[in-house]
Amino acid sequence: MSNNLIEFRNLRTNFYTGSGVVKAVNDVSFSIREGETLCVVGESGCGKSVTAMSLMRLVATPGKIVGGEILYKGEDLLKLKEREMRYLRGNEIAMIFQDPMSSLNPVLTIGHQIAEPLRIHKKLSKQEAKKKSIELIELVGIPRAAKIYDSYPHELSGGMRQRIMIAIALSCDPKLLIADEPTTALDVTIQAQILDLMRDIKKEFNTAIMMITHDLGVVAEMADHVVVMYAGKVIEEAPVHELFNNPKHPYTQGLLKAKPVISNRQDRLYTIPGQVPNPVELGENCYFNDRCEHCMEICVQKQPDLNIYDNKHKAACWLYEKEGK
Amino acid sequence: MTQPLIEVKDLKKYFPITGGVFQRTVGHVKAVDGVSFSLNKGEALGLVGESGCGKSTTGRTVLRLLEKSGGSVHFKGTDLHSLNKKDLRAMRPKIQLVFQDPYSSLNPRIKVGEAIGEALVDHGIVSRSEVRDRVKEILSICGLAPYHIDRYPHEFSGGQRQRIGIARSLILKPEFMVLDEPVSALDVSIQAQIINLLTDLQEQNDLTYLFISHDLSVVEHLCNRVGVMYLGSMVEMASRDELFSNPLHPYTKALLSAVPVPDPTKKPERIVLQGDIPSPANPPSGCKFHTRCPFAKDICKQQIPEYKDAGSNHYVACHFAGEF
Repeated sequence: MSNNLIEFRNLRTNFYTGSGVVKAVNDVSFSIREGETLCVVGESGCGKSVTAMSLMRLVATPGKIVGGEILYKGEDLLKLKEREMRYLRGNEIAMIFQDPMSSLNPVLTIGHQIAEPLRIHKKLSKQEAKKKSIELIELVGIPRAAKIYDSYPHELSGGMRQRIMIAIALSCDPKLLIADEPTTALDVTIQAQILDLMRDIKKEFNTAIMMITHDLGVVAEMADHVVVMYAGKVIEEAPVHELFNNPKHPYTQGLLKAKPVISNRQDRLYTIPGQVPNPVELGENCYFNDRCEHCMEICVQKQPDLNIYDNKHKAACWLYEKEGK
Repeated sequence: MTQPLIEVKDLKKYFPITGGVFQRTVGHVKAVDGVSFSLNKGEALGLVGESGCGKSTTGRTVLRLLEKSGGSVHFKGTDLHSLNKKDLRAMRPKIQLVFQDPYSSLNPRIKVGEAIGEALVDHGIVSRSEVRDRVKEILSICGLAPYHIDRYPHEFSGGQRQRIGIARSLILKPEFMVLDEPVSALDVSIQAQIINLLTDLQEQNDLTYLFISHDLSVVEHLCNRVGVMYLGSMVEMASRDELFSNPLHPYTKALLSAVPVPDPTKKPERIVLQGDIPSPANPPSGCKFHTRCPFAKDICKQQIPEYKDAGSNHYVACHFAGEF
């Protein structure tokens, strides 16, 4: 078995807003192994993106990391100096964002933006950086690489810009690639191209990928291991086949049933009633209790822990504890 | 044969491209280029395609929110595009639109009750004193509570806002609704709630939907007929079961195969299309899809394939339909 590359230990990130403290990431622990694709799934506001931003230490005010550790190769990233963190960002840990339209600088050429990390982190000369940049553009499957090198972001389509983002992320051979909803803004046909590209990259460079998504279809296709989040907490974690065959948490079960699937039409879709709780009004109960069809007395009184069951399957639900039986 | 509720014939919408010092028209973006379909009462037609294929423009031109460049749209036998302002306005309550983004389609300074009731008063359908009762009624039909009437949009979640958007159209008792990506901005658990609501409303009120979406799985659940658009043209149209079980156009096949299936045991057998959708200002010659089609032959580059019935009302525009 391969080693843990990243280990989140009891991470807590809060946002101090006018209406109260939002515990966006609330006691989150999981790890990513070398060369593995880990998908974090959940609905908007569940804390999946904040978890990734905490890992990069890019949480903006009013947000703040208030507790826990993030171990990278055994070293706590939260204790590093800003200068040391800068060395890691874009070099050993790289990130692709959701919106390829706004994550490239419109006034700099594509070449400039790919070459920048190569010049800074790898200390390449201008010529070497240019040569490597063109290789990277070819690697991500864009034809006429030399011409693209000199063009500006507005000249490229959404799919091509996302490929460029991937090229920038790969420029310094990162150990971990964080992809925050990398295909959400793209059409399905382009999404298929980008997912194929990411799979090839993982195979070729053995890069670990932390992929954040809300699409269970993408999870099924890409993930080795899945973490499901709800209202700032990890509520279930399992290897991908185990999760889809045997989802334990009622929320995960609901998500799988609520998604319309092609060629598997039902007259009525299953729905999870209600909506995500207000993040400033969370108590000491199971956060899913008011939407759960199995809600028991204990669920409104006490919060379940994330316990491990068979087949490396973790879940936080009273249904599987003796208190709930 | 009964008259269709909506009949669209050879609809065209071109947007001019201006250039030079004098802003002269130098070309046209053919956003919708000869689209025809008809809808019977109680039907739900899904329009699918990638961004920029003209599906939203079709929806808006059908409602005459955009002026057509050619063709015709008949609603119950009346040509919508030849009505004068007054008659068109009288027709508006019958033909309604629901927008994609529930965040930007509601005025943040107007109470929800007013936003929903506004049109009723404007069209003189009910008196001011009755409006609140009607709004409360429609709120509960759409799964909200009557006490929500005096709240502002920011107090609602995305799913609730979309319910407000639907209530706002529904209160006018429309016969025909264009739904422009109504669930795309919503999370899975909320999306399922809205899809079920739309299904119920359609059954209860005998509504006719034109449902615009890029998500094939949603379309399959909600619509009984599906049209696939590419670069402003309809490339295939058939009943839901026929289209999903027996797609004839290679573009439809590629679209269907590109949707990720939430089952890790199924390895994707997909037709990955190369490249991007070409610019609609300068579409390829012949079959517009030939630049990305894995099966393209010489004839596809030269001749525009005819959009014709391949049997049992399955329309397709491809020289080699069903041969792959």
